[in-house]
Amino acid sequence: MSDTHHDHGHEHGHHHREPESVLSLRVRALESLLVEKKLVASDAVDRIVSAYEEDIGPHNGAQVVARAWLDPAYKQRLLADGTAAIEELGFGGVDLKVVENRPGVHNMVVCTLCSCYPHALIGLPPVWYKSFEYRSRAVREPRVVLREFGLDLPENVEIRIWDSSAELRYLVLPERPAGTEGLSEAELAGLVSRDSMIGVAVARPPAPAAR
Amino acid sequence: MDTVPSREIADMKGAAALPRKNGELVFDEAWQGRIFGMTVAMSHDTSFEWREFQAQLIAEIAHAEREGESTSYYERWLNAFEQLLADKGLVDPAALAERTREFETGRRDDVF
Repeated sequence: MSDTHHDHGHEHGHHHREPESVLSLRVRALESLLVEKKLVASDAVDRIVSAYEEDIGPHNGAQVVARAWLDPAYKQRLLADGTAAIEELGFGGVDLKVVENRPGVHNMVVCTLCSCYPHALIGLPPVWYKSFEYRSRAVREPRVVLREFGLDLPENVEIRIWDSSAELRYLVLPERPAGTEGLSEAELAGLVSRDSMIGVAVARPPAPAAR
Repeated sequence: MDTVPSREIADMKGAAALPRKNGELVFDEAWQGRIFGMTVAMSHDTSFEWREFQAQLIAEIAHAEREGESTSYYERWLNAFEQLLADKGLVDPAALAERTREFETGRRDDVF
């Protein structure tokens, strides 16, 4: 499968402009007032929107990971039969194998043929996941690819590559970060990024203290 | 850090649950993202607690359902947000109405 997101049959032009909706004008008026009163900064709003757009997709998967960190029996079931274990939490529609990171072993998921991906758990695949470059290099030189993602693994860590297919999808169970004792399931889930469940990152460390 | 999504917001349940597709947030129009972002930003800056906004949103949704309004999720969100800002004395409804008229008539055209 190739990237198809430039192949829309219709034109996006700037030659005509739809009249702006009443709601859109109301929101602009509100933003203009809030900015003027210094109650809101527009660049902060930009950052928040993109963070949620990118990061919230994986919230189902993050919940699965957090549950596994907290409940050893659930983790066992999850590793033994991913499909059944995610159904327990109300997620389904995917045949899933969960692979666990542990000291000395790092797992990483790719789909070398196309872009098979566990949507139901971690949202839509990022553009790079679908790129030919990632699909080919993840297998050939995973250590280099991971370094480019900012993950520099020691040489003695074995990297296992899992090639997704239409029949079976993979999800990485990242290692639980240190210093997270006593965190709730929801707080733990907040540390689990999409990238950590694809295996190109690790789970985030907890925030040092309350803001 | 204000860029790490809060589970309290991301995982709201029931009628208040954020619209999603394949797990990802859906903003059908740009203004929906703006109003979402402004609300989240102000809850970070201690203008109000998230649960205060959530309660207002739930009340607004219940009201709209009772009245049989066909308004969208984010239109209800906008109503709830404006109400909360008015209740907190942060934005004067009359000033907001005047500012909105300025945008409608094109006297103002700030772009964000």
